Amino acid sequence: MSSDSEIKIKAGIRPGAQAGLKTRTIKVDYLARVEGEGSLYVRTKGQEIEEVQFKIFEPPRYFEALLRGRDLTEACDITSRICGICPIAYQMSAVQAMESALGIELTKEISELRRLIFCGEWIESHTLHVYMLHAPDFLGFEDAIKMAKKYPKVVSQGLQLKKIGNDLMKLVGGREIHPINVKVGGFYKLPDPSQLRKMLDPLKQARDIAEETVRFVSKLEFPDFERDYEFVSLFHSEEYPINRGRIISNRGLDIEVPSYLDHFQELHVARSNALHSVLKERGEYLVGPLARYFHNEGRLPERVRECAREINFKVKDCRNPFKSIIVRSLEILFACEESLRIIEGYVAKGPAFVNYEVKEGIGHGCTEAPRGILYHRYEIGCDGKIKEAKIIPPTSQNQKTIESDLFEVVRKYFSSPESELRHRCEQTVRNYDPCISCATHFLKIEREDVNS
Amino acid sequence: MRKKSSKAGNKRAKIKPKLAVWKFASCDGCQLSLLDCEDELLGIAEIIEIANFAEASRHVLPGPYDLSLVEGSITTSHDADRIKDVRNQSRHLVTIGACATSGGVQALRNYAREEDYRKYVYARPDYIEALATSTPISNHVKVDFELQGCPINKTQLLEVISAFLHGRKPNISSYSECIDCKLDGNVCVMVAHGTPCLGPITHAGCGSICPRYNRGCYGCYGPQDSPNPRALGDWMVAMTKASPDFVNRSLQTYYTGNKIFHEASELFQKDAQKVDALGESQSLPSPEPNRKDT
Repeated sequence: MSSDSEIKIKAGIRPGAQAGLKTRTIKVDYLARVEGEGSLYVRTKGQEIEEVQFKIFEPPRYFEALLRGRDLTEACDITSRICGICPIAYQMSAVQAMESALGIELTKEISELRRLIFCGEWIESHTLHVYMLHAPDFLGFEDAIKMAKKYPKVVSQGLQLKKIGNDLMKLVGGREIHPINVKVGGFYKLPDPSQLRKMLDPLKQARDIAEETVRFVSKLEFPDFERDYEFVSLFHSEEYPINRGRIISNRGLDIEVPSYLDHFQELHVARSNALHSVLKERGEYLVGPLARYFHNEGRLPERVRECAREINFKVKDCRNPFKSIIVRSLEILFACEESLRIIEGYVAKGPAFVNYEVKEGIGHGCTEAPRGILYHRYEIGCDGKIKEAKIIPPTSQNQKTIESDLFEVVRKYFSSPESELRHRCEQTVRNYDPCISCATHFLKIEREDVNS
Repeated sequence: MRKKSSKAGNKRAKIKPKLAVWKFASCDGCQLSLLDCEDELLGIAEIIEIANFAEASRHVLPGPYDLSLVEGSITTSHDADRIKDVRNQSRHLVTIGACATSGGVQALRNYAREEDYRKYVYARPDYIEALATSTPISNHVKVDFELQGCPINKTQLLEVISAFLHGRKPNISSYSECIDCKLDGNVCVMVAHGTPCLGPITHAGCGSICPRYNRGCYGCYGPQDSPNPRALGDWMVAMTKASPDFVNRSLQTYYTGNKIFHEASELFQKDAQKVDALGESQSLPSPEPNRKDT
């Protein structure tokens, strides 16, 4: 059960065999440029890696517990408070779960508008990550502000792109952080078509900046590093998945969303401080942009695929986690294209929301948050109150994979100077854009004595 | 006095004021508001030294800091110690957002058994170390200014930063959301449409977005300066036919850690229990709009 023992087995530790060898510890007590509070701990002895921990010390907030007794209409607003960077993903998974429990069929117009606001979040969140959290790693800067001194145009364009994503969320959702317009069955209010059309020009500019972003990031220097991942993402035969689809993997998983818990399991392990989600019988897997692209490249609009061809990016590149910055940039371009398509076809037709009758039931929701699939499950009583709640965010699902990446990175760059190795480890974690506040389950850290 | 300010002035002229941003139990949304100042961010960095802001930079300068912005509530003993360190290193300390100013939505645990919450969420509750409460920063250290909102308004954030760096009082209105809503020219959703709305007791600042989107205010900016939630709740029950249970839950969300909101919510919780006891077919007598409660 304990992945502590798993790591040790992998590391080939033979107790006592390494006696007398010097230990080397790489610690990053407060991991910067990630959302939430986490740290990094790697301990090596001689040439052996003894322990790798991507640790999360974000305090527990108990969302699943406090949701019990709340009305089914409230989950959407309350769960958005799990994360300020991807609130739409929480709102969408929550309303989708409630709509499945109540048997609500959305109109095409509402579904398209949901996809539009989600595109706004992808643009905003991915751009924040690409420009402000991740690009400085590749270019040797401590942050985007310092990077702006050498690359003023690049950073300004990034900020402009991010702003357009935020503006889209604000227009459809009322505000960019914790939007207020999403409700079970649809929206409180449909946006005015003339207001939406005002976004067309900014989105065309955003599309141009996104293309430049793809070209810019493709020229970064990527470590020669690959791993054979099990990629898990939504899959939909007609569209690049955001809000709907089946859950698939490249090792044979192909399930409907309500079967999620039959195939995935959260383990409570003492050596880490957060629950680890694994595929039953198979273990770690990867969710997020690499997985989405791997499975759904064929459903991207031609303009995005052409851009990928231009920089010679291929599906096999998804096996290099450092190239996730390229996929995020391609997804920003996709989200701009998709937003333009939706707005151009938008007519404020039909109701803002579909009416429903409250009844008891169980509902599941799964959407593609910028960082990967986000699963919600609720049990609703006949009074419309939530009886049970379960939320599995992408960062919990990626935790084991992040640690395995770190293990391999330390092995590969073992002889690098201390500061370089530490930086490389931090970058490895940031490849996943981990959303630590999202990983709602936390545990205290058990630290082993090196000499015991 | 004169000598002191002149000395400080000279010093500041040479050195940029140092800003630190700290996170406790929260969603990161309020500190993200600073990164969401896309048009202003590079300008801010010209005049302020961003000395400690983990979400944005690896670069950390040691304290003391001229201004600390604190997001999140205190939910662990480690954080209760850490906030004291932050205070000691900060000339001014400003709390941002519902979590830091009232405990946030996670303060719902204050009125439940934290142990029950822990057992519900974790397979091994014994691994978890957390306080039984989620409390605002002001319960632990002196706070110079509290900026409310879930999330905060980024324009107000810029005003607060600017005010503290210039040694003046922030120009943040403490009146109710209703004032801004009327100034915006909105039709009152409660009077005209019978939609329950917390606007009259809620702090202004969000830009009255909910009424503009056909929705009643749900109180995410917390209490205005002198709220009367009991009176408003009674009107919500009488005028909009909202259930006491609805009023109770409305007051028990993002600002449940606020004493005035919580005490009023408990009153409606009692009414809701009476409704339950009477059964769904019967209703309570009409509430008295000016009742005096203990």
